[in-house]
Amino acid sequence: MIRRVFLLLAGASLATAVGAGLAGCGERSQVVDYKQGKYQGKPDKPAYDSAPWNGNKRDWELALATRNQNQNEYKRIR
Amino acid sequence: MARMKFLCDAERCIECNGCVTACKQEHDIPWGVNRRRVVTINDGVPGERSISVACMHCSDAPCMAVCPVDCFYRTDDGVVLHDKDLCIGCGYCFYACPFGAPQFPQAGAFGVRGKMDKCTFCAGGPEANNSEAEYKKYGRNRLAEGKLPVCAEMCSTKALLGGDGDVLADIYRERVTTRGRGSDVWGWATAYGRPDTTKQPGAPAAPAAPAGGPKS
Repeated sequence: MIRRVFLLLAGASLATAVGAGLAGCGERSQVVDYKQGKYQGKPDKPAYDSAPWNGNKRDWELALATRNQNQNEYKRIR
Repeated sequence: MARMKFLCDAERCIECNGCVTACKQEHDIPWGVNRRRVVTINDGVPGERSISVACMHCSDAPCMAVCPVDCFYRTDDGVVLHDKDLCIGCGYCFYACPFGAPQFPQAGAFGVRGKMDKCTFCAGGPEANNSEAEYKKYGRNRLAEGKLPVCAEMCSTKALLGGDGDVLADIYRERVTTRGRGSDVWGWATAYGRPDTTKQPGAPAAPAAPAGGPKS
């Protein structure tokens, strides 16, 4: 009788231990993975999309390049 | 595609604050908001250096990384802009920005923060180019007019350069080599001063660069 109770208790303890041990397998990572968010606002059109360029990117870039060189007095003054 | 950048030549900047004034005038910036400002290092000491600072339109912008509502975006030209309709004025971007670029207007009583305002590289924002809505929220869109930022274009000594980063680097390199300091093109001494050989007798010594400090 005592032996049976002992075996019963031992079996219950073993089942509890196995159950508790396996419960850890379902644990999820507590560390947050950083993900760069995506822009949520309104879409913006490129600068050359409006007048006077009307989509002519090349002319727009040329205008900016000319302005860029205006900042170089070694070229502007010579 | 150009990558728009600012570059301030500390040896040329005369702390006139013309860039600050031009920016405020061009975009109708309210009191308390400074999209650009001039910072002087060793103010009052012979050999002081000034640089004009605004949003540097970072390639890996920390403001963009920390924004909880993801209101920042980068244009194809590398200009970092934001949508004011989405901004909640939390101020995270201000804490993240190493240049103190994000500004917050006092939008109401009790010092309530308004929506963030910052330098747009004179490129407006996500409204129709050169529209009234764009001007009211973000200021003038000079880039859409084929012009560069007003602060750089009007700089009297051409200390502040703005535009395609590669072109600016070429301009600055030519300047520095013309000055005869080819090896110091991007050096600490070029930016923040070197032992002045023309110093007047009795003038206080310019502070030396810190040992082991940033190098070029």
